[in-house]
Amino acid sequence: MERIPILQLGQFLLVTIQVDMHDRLALALQDDLTTQIVRSRARGVLIDISAVDVVDSFMGRMLANTAGMARILDAETVVVGMRPSVAITLVELGLSLPGIRTALNVDLGMALLQAARGSEDLAVGG
Amino acid sequence: MAETTLAGIIDRHETDLLDEWTRRQLESLESRRDLVPESELRSDSRSLLSVLREGLAYGNGQDATSAQWSKAQSLLSDLSRRRVIQGFSPSQTATFVFSLKQPLFDRISQSAADNPALMAELLWSASTLLDKLGLATVEAFMKTREELIARQQQEMLELSTPVVELWDGVLALPLIGTLDSERTQVVMQNLLEAIVNKAAVIAIIDITGVATVDTLVAQHLLKTVAAARLMGAECIISGIRPQIAQTIIHLGVDLGNVITKATLADAFRIALRKRELVVAKA
Amino acid sequence: MAVEKIQDLGVSSNDDVVLVRQAVRTAAVEAGFNIVDQTKIVTAASELARNTLVHGGGGSVRIELLRETAKTGLRLTFEDRGPGIRDIDLAMRDGFTTGNGLGLGLGGARRLSNEFQIHSRPGEGTRVMIARWKA
Repeated sequence: MERIPILQLGQFLLVTIQVDMHDRLALALQDDLTTQIVRSRARGVLIDISAVDVVDSFMGRMLANTAGMARILDAETVVVGMRPSVAITLVELGLSLPGIRTALNVDLGMALLQAARGSEDLAVGG
Repeated sequence: MAETTLAGIIDRHETDLLDEWTRRQLESLESRRDLVPESELRSDSRSLLSVLREGLAYGNGQDATSAQWSKAQSLLSDLSRRRVIQGFSPSQTATFVFSLKQPLFDRISQSAADNPALMAELLWSASTLLDKLGLATVEAFMKTREELIARQQQEMLELSTPVVELWDGVLALPLIGTLDSERTQVVMQNLLEAIVNKAAVIAIIDITGVATVDTLVAQHLLKTVAAARLMGAECIISGIRPQIAQTIIHLGVDLGNVITKATLADAFRIALRKRELVVAKA
Repeated sequence: MAVEKIQDLGVSSNDDVVLVRQAVRTAAVEAGFNIVDQTKIVTAASELARNTLVHGGGGSVRIELLRETAKTGLRLTFEDRGPGIRDIDLAMRDGFTTGNGLGLGLGGARRLSNEFQIHSRPGEGTRVMIARWKA
């Protein structure tokens, strides 16, 4: 089974979903991300769904679980590039993706991660 | 005797029928002969006559809506479409079919002169057949016209609700006029697309120019705000007049945590603050 | 009303769920749906296909392109010979699930469709029909 590649950009991980994932692939991605976060001590994860044209409740769950697990591992997750048609459908579906931060594109997502990281470091550093 | 069926009568008198029929059509179009060339009228008439003859071979056309008549139907459909675009009125278009009645009745009277019962039957068949086909023409005409109007409305819609970029990352959508459910959906989708294309983290939806807001429209607005939030952008609704505020309360619509401002200017001020921008004197 | 086109697909694996999504997308495009309506019915199909696989033990879906005088529609019928649903109302409620999940499948599919029908009895399998129309 092919796996979705995970890119490391400094302290952050970037995943670009470009295929119509079947459920097993989605679960594999979840596992891979968690493993990678630990291995690379990443502080943030960007999941790019700009090429995704359908997000159903399973995928929503996968994203929520990923964000949850990442947070436990001290990494923030931002989902970027959600398409309007997907957003409208999710609203209609009643899926609100709680606990998931979103941004319009990778740049804005990165800025969000850095801001979150920055304020946290300030708080700790004193 | 082949002569005393409708098919036979049309067959035997085809040329005169065509001539007289075309003449009547041209007469009735007196002032609008500029709309369509005579050659086209002739060729359309010739086609319909021959299709009529074919269909009538199966009987006297009692069932003008059955499959045997599909050729006639599609011929008339196509003709009606052309007539809409050429600028005809529905009745001018139906005249194409109805003006065949007199010439055909004349030929029927002649052919069945010695048999009143048969004449009555043929006249009745011919009349009902042409009535059905005439009505089919009008229906096809109306359908085409409706499609045309729908397309024009769509174009007007796109022209009348432009999304404006107020500043880097700040969009404004001034809504004007009456909002119906369908129009609101289209407009909202355009806004979300613009948010992506311009990477606008803030979108101001200004409803100063909106007369009334009903439940459906309010729901679409809220769904759009929710969708924008899911995508990573924030919406501010501005220009809420007192009457609209009242309507929203009466309808029991829950604005949740959507920021609302009385004026577009106020909304813009908030947007700048959120973008951490300051307006300073030069 | 005329059924212009029928397509039957089996739903017995994860890959099938993907194939169903793609087939419904193609059919929705053919029916002339705009991108939002396409996404809605494909998403609903994804939910129902997964239900058929996970809760129904596998089954099939029939995709029908419908044409009426003034409108075009797409009808999907998912069928399985699984255990069936004892309490349909309960199953339709958001958040309810006997398996792993957010439980939005049936309720969500209904919200995303113009028409929704479900027939199910314990021991007799389940059949769910959804339809979406475009004027």
